Amino acid sequence: MRKVYLYARFQRFWHWMQAIIIFALLFTGLEVHGLFKLMGYETAFNIHNFFAWGLMGFILLAFFWYITTGDFRQYLTEGNLLEKIMMQVRYYMVGIFMNEPHPFKKNEISRLNPLQRITYLMLTLVGLPLQIIFGFAYYYFNELVALGMNPGWLEPIALIHTLLAYMLIGFVIMHVYMTTTGHTLTSNIKAMVTGWEEVDD
Amino acid sequence: MKKLLLSGIAVLIAAVFALPQTLPAKTFHHQVDSLMISTADHTKFKVLQQEFTSGPEVTKACLTCHTEASKQLHRTKHWTWDVPMKDGKRLGKKHVVNNFCISVEGNEPRCTSCHIGYNWKDKNFDFRSELNVDCLVCHDMTGTYKKLPAGAGHPAYEVTVFEKKTFPKVDLSFVAQRVGHPDRHNCGICHFEGGGADAVKHGDLDNSLLKPGKKLDVHMAVGKNELNMTCTDCHKTEGHQVPGSRYEPHARDVHGFDYPLPDDYPTTCSSCHGLKPHKQNKKLDDHIDKVACQTCHIPAIAKERPTKMWWDWSKAGKFDNNGKEITLKDASGTPLYVTKKGVFRWAKNIAPEYRWFNGEMNYITFLTKIDDKGVVAINHPDGHSGDTLSRIWPFKVHRGLQPYDPVLKRFVKPKLFGPKGSGAYWSDFNWGIAIQKGMEYAGMEYSGKYKFVETEMYWPISHMVSPKENALGCVECHARDGRLKNLGGFYLPGRDTNPFVEITGFLVILGSLFGVSAHAIMRYLAHKKTTSGGAA
Repeated sequence: MRKVYLYARFQRFWHWMQAIIIFALLFTGLEVHGLFKLMGYETAFNIHNFFAWGLMGFILLAFFWYITTGDFRQYLTEGNLLEKIMMQVRYYMVGIFMNEPHPFKKNEISRLNPLQRITYLMLTLVGLPLQIIFGFAYYYFNELVALGMNPGWLEPIALIHTLLAYMLIGFVIMHVYMTTTGHTLTSNIKAMVTGWEEVDD
Repeated sequence: MKKLLLSGIAVLIAAVFALPQTLPAKTFHHQVDSLMISTADHTKFKVLQQEFTSGPEVTKACLTCHTEASKQLHRTKHWTWDVPMKDGKRLGKKHVVNNFCISVEGNEPRCTSCHIGYNWKDKNFDFRSELNVDCLVCHDMTGTYKKLPAGAGHPAYEVTVFEKKTFPKVDLSFVAQRVGHPDRHNCGICHFEGGGADAVKHGDLDNSLLKPGKKLDVHMAVGKNELNMTCTDCHKTEGHQVPGSRYEPHARDVHGFDYPLPDDYPTTCSSCHGLKPHKQNKKLDDHIDKVACQTCHIPAIAKERPTKMWWDWSKAGKFDNNGKEITLKDASGTPLYVTKKGVFRWAKNIAPEYRWFNGEMNYITFLTKIDDKGVVAINHPDGHSGDTLSRIWPFKVHRGLQPYDPVLKRFVKPKLFGPKGSGAYWSDFNWGIAIQKGMEYAGMEYSGKYKFVETEMYWPISHMVSPKENALGCVECHARDGRLKNLGGFYLPGRDTNPFVEITGFLVILGSLFGVSAHAIMRYLAHKKTTSGGAA
């Protein structure tokens, strides 16, 4: 066993800010959706819109950081991506129960397994941007209608925004659980706090 | 602890959003002496320093200076009670059906106690008479001028007792010398007591507006530092034409501020507040295209005095064991049953009902063929969520049962008011005869049969505007069971859900939870097995 420095300070900062923001957005969003009454619709609405700007800001900041540092290469894969993803999936479905080693070793050059790569890439490039776009279309609905958008689109925009939020909750549940599948139950989370992770030799 | 932390965050963020307060409201009317109000002191006019024996005599004196006044009044619906509509219908008090006292025609001397004239006691009233215009009812500044309830518009020239109430003799000379610009008590004498008594009809107009506190009406509130606005500050009248119509309302003012370029409807909120009145919250302005100002800013109607919500005429005509008329009242003295009128229900400080409204009120008339299978809407607001004119408006909806002709399927005009033996219902208590007499008098066809049908009537709400801190909060409507739960045709965030989205979301969340739990248990079991087996 050895320790590797996997997550740069910015990455950790970004991750935890994103976590807080997404949690706040989901929580307030569900109240705005009428699922419970806790802080009040108006407060939930205001906090939701406040954090929406935060989410967008941090995503743009992350894009800037990934591009300028070249760290986006972490998300690129050589060879057959699908095959590698399936290897990782097989590990979670079968290998993990047999005490098999992780199919992909973590090191300074490659900290993400293929399943993580595709998931985080999709989340950051597709899922969250879509959610942000629909969210802003929802908020700036009047302006868009003034620009010629069909007012009847309010409902589909709201519904897609809600559906994406539910899927995001699903992601968060699985994501948090997956952190326990590292070298030890908490090694992944520790790594996201300190930057250093214990990995198999 | 977690809740504390959460609310702490909420408070912090709320503090970020709280913006500086606007300036406090300034009194709209400054205290001034009589010289600042008028260039004429009416006590100095010789023509008014005489003993008047009747209202028309006073009018004659007024006309010596205000030579064209009556002609001007003749053009108002306050005088004609007749409003010709674009579609050819004739509305106005003279024509409309209502579910309070049903119809003016046949009952003139009673109803015309709220006409701005004298002598309208039957259908032969001369609408061209200049002397029959009543100047004093609107211009009396003394508060002593009152028309008799059943005097065809005349005040009490002698001490008069009507239904156990004493009406003192009006000093016409005294009143005529103390006239002025109409104040709230002048408008209120009819509009606050529409339907026969205080607060009965409108729901947003009653005598509590004579001296309201700020919470009751932020504009009309009296007292130190209050706005103290009166009716005519919004119902800005020129040439005696009082703007603001219930027959042709403006559901939406797209003109906005009336300064520097006024439009023809100064009564709208936007005339003073403009089209973007919410300086501190853009999202509230986003509502203006679909929600009338009144909807949020008048959270309750009949705030202080109960208004009538139900009037069942079919139960009228019951007598006690001694054959005497019955009057049942609740603890506060509000009548619940009156032999002459039937059953009443009242409500105080209640939420209005909400409808899409584009300004068309769709009145039916006594000539309209009605569908008597359900509740008949005497008028109903037109509009739906999709069009650009309609907005969600608050209404008082007055419901009840009233007589109609089940053969011709039309409403009927019963003769209610009249002496014993005249056939009037309030004296003889026979619906058949009362309706027969009323229809004969009106010259209208009647099959001879009558039944009672349930009706509803919509009264748009515009008065008793609350201070902004008492306006409706978001959650009043943005909730599953909010105030708009029955208003369909559009997506309302916080109220509406889509079953597909909710079920999919539920399955995604439940599936994830179940999946990770199962995975965790299997890992735990597998781990136990391998460790007990001695493997690494």
